[in-house]
Amino acid sequence: MSSEMTKPLLEMKNVSKEYNGNPVLKDVNFTLGQGEVLGLVGENGAGKSTLMNILFGMDVIHQTGGYGGKVLIDGKEVKFTSPLDALKSGIGMVHQEFSLLPGFTAAENILLNREPQNRSVLSLVFGDRANTIDRKELQKQAIAAITKLGVELDPDMLVAEMPVGHKQFTEISREISKSAIRLLVLDEPTAVLTEKEAEMLLKAIRNLSAQGISVIFITHRLQEILDVCNKVIVMRDGRIVNELDAAKTSISEMAKLMVGREVATPDSEKQEARPISDKVVLSVKNLWVDMPGETVRDVNLEVHDGEILGIGGLAGQGKLGIPNGIMGLFPAGGKVVLNGSEIPLNNPRACLDSSLAFVSEDRRGVGLLLDESLEWNIAFPAMQIQNKFLKPYLGGLVKWRDQSGIKKVTDKYIEQLQIKCTSSKQKAKELSGGNQQKVCLAKAFALEPKLLFVSEPTRGIDIGAKALVLKALREYNRNFGVTIVMISSELEELRQCCDRIAIITDGAVSGILPASSPSEDFGILMVGKTAKEAM
Amino acid sequence: MKREINSKDVRNFLSNNIVPIIFIVLCAACFPVAGYSPEYLADQIITRIMRNSFLVLSLLIPIMAGMGLNFGMTLGAMAGQIGIIFITAWNVVGIPGLLLAAIIATPIAVLLGWFCGKMLNMARGREMITSYMISFFMNGVYQLVVLYGMGPVIPIHSDQVILPRGYGVRNTIDLLNVRKSIDNFWSIKLFADENGVGGINIPILTIILIALLCVVIIWFRKTKIGQDMRAVGQDMEVAREAGIKVERTRVLAIVISTVFAAYGMVIYLSNMGTLNTYNSHSQIGMFSIAALLVGGASVSKASIKNVFLGIVLFHLMFILTPQAGKNLIGQAQIGEFFRVFVSYGVITLALVLYEIRTRREKAESAKTLALSQMQEAQA
Amino acid sequence: MEKAVSLLKSFGLPRLIITGFLLALFVIAPFADINVGASLSDVLGRFGQNAIMVLAMVPMIHSGCGLNFGLPLGIISGLLGATMAIETGIQGPVSFLLAILYSTPFAIIFGWGYGKLLNRVKGSEMMIATYVGFSSVAFMSIMWLILPYKSPTMVWGYTGQGLRTTISTEGFYYHVLRDTLSLSIGSFSISFGEIIFFALFAFIIWAFLHTKTGTAMTAVGSNAVFARASGINIDKQRTLSVIMSTWLGALGILCYQQGYGFIQLYQGPMYMAMPAVSAILIGGASVNKATITNVIIGTILYQGIVSMTPSVMNNLIHTDMSEVLRIIVSNGMILYALTRKSGASR
Repeated sequence: MSSEMTKPLLEMKNVSKEYNGNPVLKDVNFTLGQGEVLGLVGENGAGKSTLMNILFGMDVIHQTGGYGGKVLIDGKEVKFTSPLDALKSGIGMVHQEFSLLPGFTAAENILLNREPQNRSVLSLVFGDRANTIDRKELQKQAIAAITKLGVELDPDMLVAEMPVGHKQFTEISREISKSAIRLLVLDEPTAVLTEKEAEMLLKAIRNLSAQGISVIFITHRLQEILDVCNKVIVMRDGRIVNELDAAKTSISEMAKLMVGREVATPDSEKQEARPISDKVVLSVKNLWVDMPGETVRDVNLEVHDGEILGIGGLAGQGKLGIPNGIMGLFPAGGKVVLNGSEIPLNNPRACLDSSLAFVSEDRRGVGLLLDESLEWNIAFPAMQIQNKFLKPYLGGLVKWRDQSGIKKVTDKYIEQLQIKCTSSKQKAKELSGGNQQKVCLAKAFALEPKLLFVSEPTRGIDIGAKALVLKALREYNRNFGVTIVMISSELEELRQCCDRIAIITDGAVSGILPASSPSEDFGILMVGKTAKEAM
Repeated sequence: MKREINSKDVRNFLSNNIVPIIFIVLCAACFPVAGYSPEYLADQIITRIMRNSFLVLSLLIPIMAGMGLNFGMTLGAMAGQIGIIFITAWNVVGIPGLLLAAIIATPIAVLLGWFCGKMLNMARGREMITSYMISFFMNGVYQLVVLYGMGPVIPIHSDQVILPRGYGVRNTIDLLNVRKSIDNFWSIKLFADENGVGGINIPILTIILIALLCVVIIWFRKTKIGQDMRAVGQDMEVAREAGIKVERTRVLAIVISTVFAAYGMVIYLSNMGTLNTYNSHSQIGMFSIAALLVGGASVSKASIKNVFLGIVLFHLMFILTPQAGKNLIGQAQIGEFFRVFVSYGVITLALVLYEIRTRREKAESAKTLALSQMQEAQA
Repeated sequence: MEKAVSLLKSFGLPRLIITGFLLALFVIAPFADINVGASLSDVLGRFGQNAIMVLAMVPMIHSGCGLNFGLPLGIISGLLGATMAIETGIQGPVSFLLAILYSTPFAIIFGWGYGKLLNRVKGSEMMIATYVGFSSVAFMSIMWLILPYKSPTMVWGYTGQGLRTTISTEGFYYHVLRDTLSLSIGSFSISFGEIIFFALFAFIIWAFLHTKTGTAMTAVGSNAVFARASGINIDKQRTLSVIMSTWLGALGILCYQQGYGFIQLYQGPMYMAMPAVSAILIGGASVNKATITNVIIGTILYQGIVSMTPSVMNNLIHTDMSEVLRIIVSNGMILYALTRKSGASR
């Protein structure tokens, strides 16, 4: 659609970015013409969000030393200092999380803080904020935006009463209603939509494109890319690995490009295939979990004795909901059987009593007592659940904290896991992320569980600590025969550590493969296709 | 199927309006026991509406801005009282006196409101307990100023106002100068007998003032700032993202409320005719909030309708219970304690119900998931 | 040097000012013709009288229920115990034990209900606690009028019905602790009875916090989600803490009455939570952290200011502003704690 004559609407030239010396974007080049729809795909952490942050001039970018390369709009270089700046040039974005007021109508939300106003006598006295709002004009402008988008949306409906799809349309309408919008970035807009709503949205995107508005469409649903985009760029590890013509590519090609990295893993760290016992220790049937942002709908899973089972999948698909639901941290239902006996759900105590343990992905919120010492953090669950580190007095009537026992076990794990701290009395909040993670592991190890859930064990910690944590998990599995279920967003990490890997999409298991399977097979599972369909 | 929905609707209506319903039942039960005539009650209720509605209306704006019940309205009441103390000392009479009191009170109320708003911005999520503690704290400052400052520091030398010891304001001040000036400026009498005895007094000017404030509040809701406050009240982050100045808007909500409360206090005191220097303001805070809640308002939602229904029901209870207690058990004191209990109890109940309701809404999403799973299993 | 600064910081500016102020008062005192010995004994007496009510804050703060503005509920349990003990007519120190005995079941029942209520309103405990306190005081005002008490020391003389607003503990447990093991040197006197009594309960609380259950309670207050993930029943811990606080409140008021000499009924307990709350905050506690040391330091500082300011001021400028200063200092302290960013989000 873009003509040879005019300059492209958006062009990125050699854009790069590093955080504290770690490159996250390298040499990104692409152009986007007027009215074009560009699909942007890549795993979590591939650099998509950083790229968008640069485009919008977000604070994170300035505060970490800016970026390299050039961003051009209409052939002129721009450097936005805030999203408002970007907006002035006609670039708007719809984020994954809704930014809507539940008690306002669609129309009010579309024109939030940009309401058309009438001046009155009182405005002379009290200033512009005393202007009354022109409801009729507000309605008119809102309807204009909705019509431009080409969806069905009642402007008078309260957001609180809307189905999710309509909320999404309200968000997009808001961006469109902003004057002179020329480029719209949609970040996973269909992730929360029903099939029908998603179809409507795709239609709307085509509509916008026909009206000359360009769209950058970020999604994990590759079929949608084929349906609506002109071209696709696939990102991996901060680079554009390929730019494809949407009409000529296929889901499996994109999926392969997304995950297919050739990592040279040292042999010593490689997970050699080993025989796994057939004995099922944990079986999960029809599990649902109401964890906001990570809803689990219907998971069926069997964990074998002594294995490390990986659970992977893209963010928001529900993989994190599984351990959180089983361990009773979020409302859940279904059937969970451990060694032949059913575990009651929504009851953390019962899980811990049956020798399950959980290292949460939310270290600061769930995993640690930030204001307490390492001793407390490590010994607490074992003390409460198994009466360890207690001295009985008065015939067991008083169970006194055994300070020396606690110190001993803490020191043991400090040494074993190489936790960097001034002493076992140091407060947990004073440690670095990696060391905090080790404390969380130590806490779980102190429980001596039979089965351990570890959720995102390496999130937000540096490479050195990462390797240590993974090594500790592997050794724990090998030396004590503890079954581990490890949930991670990083497929490579799972492939290094695990025996089998289950991939979760849309709140259900889309497939389980041996860790040695080629990574594109996992990629296909991640985007919601079973291997057969993709063929 | 249809009947099921009906019974659910009824239950919803009951649980949403439980506080007013309790009060209607209570008043209905006390009415025959107390044995007051309907005319007397009507007259009393009208007086109380005139006296209190301005004060209760002042609470609406912070609720709109999501800051809950403004226990800091006491600050406005203090400002109003300071204005009244000055005009009494200066011997300014009648409506000009009240106007002057309001003019003196305005800057004080703005200052206090600004302070309160700033503090509340520092205590997000616990605005109510903080505004409550601010009213306590400021009460101390108020006493310092009025009990020790007035006389030596602030030049007031009227014998009518100052204690015989030469400094500090008397416990009670007679407001002969301004008593009922607004009410009597223009009032008509209904249902009186030939001699003009009994009947119901209708103070027209007061009604006009109150109606004016209602109009202002309705107008306010339609302004840009009103819209911004509603936005901030629902979700501060979303409002901030949209470019609304959240902190400023919140401070403004409290300032406006405090200033209205100051005017409300001036009207209230003129109607009462006496100033209880060290008690009036803290009492009025509690009674106004209780009245609003009795009218069916909640921590996050209140309307003009709630204000008037609340004042009528609350004060009906206030008038009826001591007499009912006296006629029933022979002790008026029981009725007095009872109404104090009810005032506090109603605030407690409304706060608890609000919390429980918010919690219940959050639990809904789990239910829908379980339901969809069940339907799937059936299919 | 750095360490000193951080130590100073952790001590907090308001606390520093208050300590400095109190020290200044004691320095000025001799020049204002005030007997320092007598003043010290006064401060110690007030400490013994009030410390247990301040201690009553600790369990609830530990379990994350915030400052116990609902202290009047505990006080009411204490009042019920006190009046019932006097009703029996048994005189002397035994009546004190009886009062404790009688108030215990009330404290447990009230505390249990109050705890259950607070569990349903997590996040706004303090506001609701305040009004629970007020409502219960108002409700009991009615009860004091109609409960069938008979003892002539307590009932209004002329009607023979309804309790008096203040009842003397003279002949019952007046100064039972104050006069035990008291020591006088010149104008300075100290009662070890009260101090030992307080120390006993302070020790019990301290010990409790070192047991398995106490550890769990602290964890609930420190991070409730962590505690839940560790299999702790949060609601149960919180209810337990509320019962403990309520019972300590009951005990506290009895201890107060024996020193003060009067039982104050009706609106008396209404605002008694504020001094206790503010004392523990002055002592260095925050909305979700408190220790026994905070209780001791806070009570001494708070009572020191309350008892020293009036006498010094009176003698210096012949004006007694102490009540007003007390209101400003104590409520200002609570306000300070509430508006701290570091405070917990409740």
